[in-house]
Amino acid sequence: MTLYRPGKGHLMIQFDAVHKRFPNGTTAVHDLSLRMPEGGVTVLVGSSGCGKTTTLRMINRMVDPTSGTIKVNGQDVLQQDAADLRRSIGYVIQQSGLFPHRTVLDNIATVPLLLGWGRKKARTRAAELLETVGLAADAGKRYPHQLSGGQQQRVGVARALAADPPVLLMDEPFGAVDPVVRTQLQDELLRLQKELNKTIVFVTHDVDEAVRLGDQIAIFRTGGHLVQCATPAELLARPADDFVADFLGAERGLKLLSLKTLADLPQGPAPEGGAWTLVLDEARKPAHWHHGTDDTDIPVRPLKDSDSLLAALNESIASPTGLIARVDAAGTLTGVSSRDDIHAHAGLAHTEARAAAPVATEAQVKA
Amino acid sequence: MTIDWSWIGDHTDDLTTLTVSHLQAALSAVFFGLLISLPLAVVAHRVRPLRGFLLGLSNVLFTIPSIAIFVLLLPVSGLTRTTTVIGLTVYTLVVLLRNTVEGLDSVPVKTKEAAKAMGTRPFRTLLTVELPLALPVIMAGVRIATVMSISLVSVATYIGDGGLGQLFTDGFQRDFPTPVIAGVVLTLLLAVVADALLVAVQYVLTPWTRRRA
Repeated sequence: MTLYRPGKGHLMIQFDAVHKRFPNGTTAVHDLSLRMPEGGVTVLVGSSGCGKTTTLRMINRMVDPTSGTIKVNGQDVLQQDAADLRRSIGYVIQQSGLFPHRTVLDNIATVPLLLGWGRKKARTRAAELLETVGLAADAGKRYPHQLSGGQQQRVGVARALAADPPVLLMDEPFGAVDPVVRTQLQDELLRLQKELNKTIVFVTHDVDEAVRLGDQIAIFRTGGHLVQCATPAELLARPADDFVADFLGAERGLKLLSLKTLADLPQGPAPEGGAWTLVLDEARKPAHWHHGTDDTDIPVRPLKDSDSLLAALNESIASPTGLIARVDAAGTLTGVSSRDDIHAHAGLAHTEARAAAPVATEAQVKA
Repeated sequence: MTIDWSWIGDHTDDLTTLTVSHLQAALSAVFFGLLISLPLAVVAHRVRPLRGFLLGLSNVLFTIPSIAIFVLLLPVSGLTRTTTVIGLTVYTLVVLLRNTVEGLDSVPVKTKEAAKAMGTRPFRTLLTVELPLALPVIMAGVRIATVMSISLVSVATYIGDGGLGQLFTDGFQRDFPTPVIAGVVLTLLLAVVADALLVAVQYVLTPWTRRRA
């Protein structure tokens, strides 16, 4: 469950009336005003050429705005030395962008070395980070090409975290890995973020990734216009216009359910004496559904309270009785919930999200 | 054509001196060639309009006959080793400059971007990212330039230098093949050994290119 966390403190990154026109005349970013709170994940989404990457790159001055101001931690980025600014901001690039001629450990130590930490201290820190991002210690002596795509991406994250910067910029960091690894890396990022509480700006063109990772999502349209910036739930429930609705896709109603857990869903005892019975093993863990007369078994995927309403809906469709098996953290059966209850809750989730107090962004005010 | 082994036995000291002198001339040329090529290549790599001009110039210099270069240099440096080395250096530029520029071009844009985004300043990026990554291509140029210089030193016999080349004129004037054969064999050996050493140097300097996964 992702929540916008306004309580997390002050504004970390602030765009005010920012324009970017490239020398060839194209407008990459048009009149952008956007706020990113400290400790929150802001995801910038949109199709290619919508200005999301340019927006990200203006934060650490890889690109300078044509007009307008960008402040990081209250300070105008244009007033700071570009190299010093970049060392104070973590940056994770598409396909990792690791240095092929440096070992993994030296790659991670890049920014500490630039900051003059000394080789020993920088390497010690790098070794710590290997563990933080879930890599074995012996990976440190290898060269990037000797690692898998997913491992390289982890090194990229470790390198960005090396000097413990408060802000992390991530430019489609998981774009080049397969879907299974991508999901793993997303999980890891969420876990890391719980510990580290960085202010993260994340660029992607994948709506599902945005909904999973974002505390707030900013949707851009071609020509560099910010169309809507809101929490995932609000965005899915109340897209600002047809463009946003189309971008979120036909299943946006279902995506909204992925944000709600099934904890509030009522549960009752498992049915007995009907055509189907839920068979438990000796530890009272659900094993499968059993049909008494046909003697057929259908597998069951038990759900925990932390699972999403979307998973509940999916499981109830697959279940022969429409019932889902609910378990506690240990996997022991706690009860079952009906398809009707799931539907009722799904409807409720939508109503709630639609009714939620509107958080108008400046972009919406101006629109 | 027979080899007079006793002549070789009588002249080992001379042969050693000439070999060392030969190698010294060739390596000096490569050294100064690199010294000139590196900054010029960086300029050619960064300033696109100058690129064609500089590479073209190195080609033109290569086409000047060696005798002409020596004659032009005589008023400046006379009949000295300096004249030999300057002449040879001019010829190394055609390979060294081109390969260094191509080496710098071969560094992935992504990697340079990463260095910049981490907060590396341009000069440090050149020294710690671009040149190391360009090294395999630069070293290929250094190998060619070295072998080329070793074979070219002999032309400096015109001005009384020329290392092992002196054996050729000696043998030719006396119609005595042994010094010529000794000179050819020693020049070949020098080239082969120098090239092998450079391969070893490159192996040591570029550990990341080994054990391709």
